[in-house]
Amino acid sequence: MTPDHTEPDQTEVATGLDPALPPTAVDEAVLDAEERRWTPARIGIWVAVSLLGAVAWFMLALVRGETVNAIWFVFAAVCTYLIGYRFYSKVIERYLLKPDDRRATPAEYKADGKDYVRTDRNVLFGHHFAAIAGAGPLVGPIIAAQMGYLPGTIWIIIGVVLAGAVQDYLVMFFSMRRGGRSLGQMAREELGVIGGTAALVATLLIMIIIVAILALVVVNALGESPWGVFSVGMTIPIALFMGVYLRYLRPGKVMEVSIIGFVLLMAAIIGGGAVAGTEWGAAFFHLDKVTIAWGLIIYGFIAAILPVWLLLAPRDYLSTFMKIGVIVMLAVAIIVVRPEISVPAFSEFAGRENGPVFSGALFPFLFVTIACGALSGFHALISSGTTPKLIEKERQTRFIGYGGMLMESFVAIMALVAAISIDRGIYFAMNAPLALTGGTVESAAHWVNSLGLANVNITPEVLAQTAKDVGEESIISRSGGAPTLAVGLAHIMQQFIGGPAMMAFWYHFAIMFEALFILTAVDAGTRVARFMLQDSIGNFVPKFKEPAWRPGAWLCTAVMVGAWGAVLLLGVTDPLGGINTFFPLFGIANQLLAAIALAVCMAIVAKRGVFKWLWIVAVPLAFAAVVTITASFHKIFSPVPAVGYFANNQAFSKALADGKTSFGTAKTVEAMEAVVRNTMIQGVLSVIFVVLSIIVILTAVIATIKAFRAGGGKDHEDPAVASKVFAPAGLFPTPAEKELLAEWNALPAGQRTQKAGHH
Amino acid sequence: MERLAGRATHTKGRAPLMHAVVKGFRGFAAYMGSLMGADAYRKYLDHFTATGHPGPAMTEREFWRDRTDRQDNNPQGRCC
Repeated sequence: MTPDHTEPDQTEVATGLDPALPPTAVDEAVLDAEERRWTPARIGIWVAVSLLGAVAWFMLALVRGETVNAIWFVFAAVCTYLIGYRFYSKVIERYLLKPDDRRATPAEYKADGKDYVRTDRNVLFGHHFAAIAGAGPLVGPIIAAQMGYLPGTIWIIIGVVLAGAVQDYLVMFFSMRRGGRSLGQMAREELGVIGGTAALVATLLIMIIIVAILALVVVNALGESPWGVFSVGMTIPIALFMGVYLRYLRPGKVMEVSIIGFVLLMAAIIGGGAVAGTEWGAAFFHLDKVTIAWGLIIYGFIAAILPVWLLLAPRDYLSTFMKIGVIVMLAVAIIVVRPEISVPAFSEFAGRENGPVFSGALFPFLFVTIACGALSGFHALISSGTTPKLIEKERQTRFIGYGGMLMESFVAIMALVAAISIDRGIYFAMNAPLALTGGTVESAAHWVNSLGLANVNITPEVLAQTAKDVGEESIISRSGGAPTLAVGLAHIMQQFIGGPAMMAFWYHFAIMFEALFILTAVDAGTRVARFMLQDSIGNFVPKFKEPAWRPGAWLCTAVMVGAWGAVLLLGVTDPLGGINTFFPLFGIANQLLAAIALAVCMAIVAKRGVFKWLWIVAVPLAFAAVVTITASFHKIFSPVPAVGYFANNQAFSKALADGKTSFGTAKTVEAMEAVVRNTMIQGVLSVIFVVLSIIVILTAVIATIKAFRAGGGKDHEDPAVASKVFAPAGLFPTPAEKELLAEWNALPAGQRTQKAGHH
Repeated sequence: MERLAGRATHTKGRAPLMHAVVKGFRGFAAYMGSLMGADAYRKYLDHFTATGHPGPAMTEREFWRDRTDRQDNNPQGRCC
């Protein structure tokens, strides 16, 4: 085998070291000894973690009691994460990535005080987490709960350890070694023009779908909900106020304005209850889904062309603030309340492919329904670019990349627990399309009871009372996951703080933060997509590359908003229920992006010449590819109308041709025509996605095979620069790291290189 | 750090506890502040003085304007 191509040239880096400074990395032998020293206490801790994890998995997977306590979900997740982090991510670090703390990171050698800034690892962990986690992990697991709790739990916990966190870690590391290059740029470099272009087009289309479906979740949560519309609508003036405050009144007072914004937000939620309680308020803010969708489209366009300081930046502060608060709150509440879960491990729908919440069989559709929290391709866009420009030391990527994703997975588990803590009858009444539930409490209760689910016997009174408790007119067919999570969260939180009287507040609090996360993602997604489009058109019409050229910016924004807006409207008006048919498309898109990211990583690993450990990337890539390509093929070729887009298209076309005026869930000719149109668009999109992804994966496999034959390949990393700083790698410094830190701290202030912000 | 802690143990009554609570709260506030990027200007100044750029540094107001204005042309994705 030829020498490892990207191993830093040891002598070169070594000679670059400043002899006056202490070492910039813990000595490898010391590090090795520290890691491999198994003291009795250490062995004891890991045995205890493993045993607790094993017991928790046993309780979840094998014990078949009436109920299972939510605390076992927490233990199973946390113990598995700890083991995965301590052992598996170490294997990846040691054998595959081989970070070298003697090399400067882009934040050091490109330092500019603005975009490239060395950031304390614990702060960056939170920062990265806030950028990757949003509404996704709060939605997918809830929709997947249709099949019972166990399939989703296993996929979230095992999937993140072996796939999701691996992808994030690898992409972050490779982007860091390349000065913070984006996934698209890396794809072009590693896979050539064809693979790179396919990756770029796929990314752009996938972003449109993801933004559209996220918007659909918001629309579903706010439809016919005056309270929700008022309080979420109020986030816009609040953000505008914060923007003006930060720009003109007190620049830089970020914490101050965030706290003011948070207080106003709470006031908006409480005020929303009062406004919705008045006659005029209920009438004025009672909007149907189509109106809200149009509102969101117009809003999306305006928000994306407004300057960042006015709307996006302040709402981002608010969103980050809420994110950390909500997650801490959710974790504390679940641990304190420990609800009993009566949902079965595998539900009646686990073995069927026509579930009312999402259609398709467990394999592959469960694995695309839960994307964020287990494996999310979108993260590759965040892990490349922003975060790598802020990393202080190479070895910190394990903590931030791998660890950050574990954290998101934990959020997904908690969302799942919150959603399954409510009665199953309520769950299905809330998540099934209107065409099935009929929209009234009587028809919904009748339909749910007719499903023949074990231990489910819901009465119209319970459904009406639940709606009343959470301050809504109705909870029937509020699909999309967000309202279900909100009911679950309200159910848990009221046992913790405030009692039943607070349920309505907690419900709208949950709706508010989900909407906040999603609106931020919609805004940022539209902007990123607009720049990608401008850049692509710029290759043919150079004028488009100028970001300051307003007509170009507006035109590209309009194209992007038009694209996701069209998909959103299709989803809102879909007679089959938008989420049921569109959510799989969202999941497929996200996982295809993951396959693309992993394919790029595989090509890079192969070019580094580390073939022995290639399976670390190849296994999750193969899994993601099989799942998404199978799912796409089901959606394209399945003869079952509930699953296959084209089968459904044909069934409805034939019904129309036969002169029928109602067919299946579509009660009018217009509705039937809508189904024909929607399924055709969904089908065509599926075909485009899968073709593009197969091209990318194939080019990556070719690049890998070429590298294998040559024993390695061209390395596109930035040249190694010697580091002049030191910082520990993980959450807590190890003894050797503490020793070295002390040496650095003992240096006279003038000699010491500026330390990163420390706390 | 150690000197501070030593002094605290000599003080009787609720003072050490209050001290620890205040310190914990300050630490948390500082962490949240950095997380939100509130210390960006300080870091910019640190970098500016450390590298010895010619000319004066941006004022706080100028810095924050520049920061959001540059984001206009370099949008950062937010995940789902």
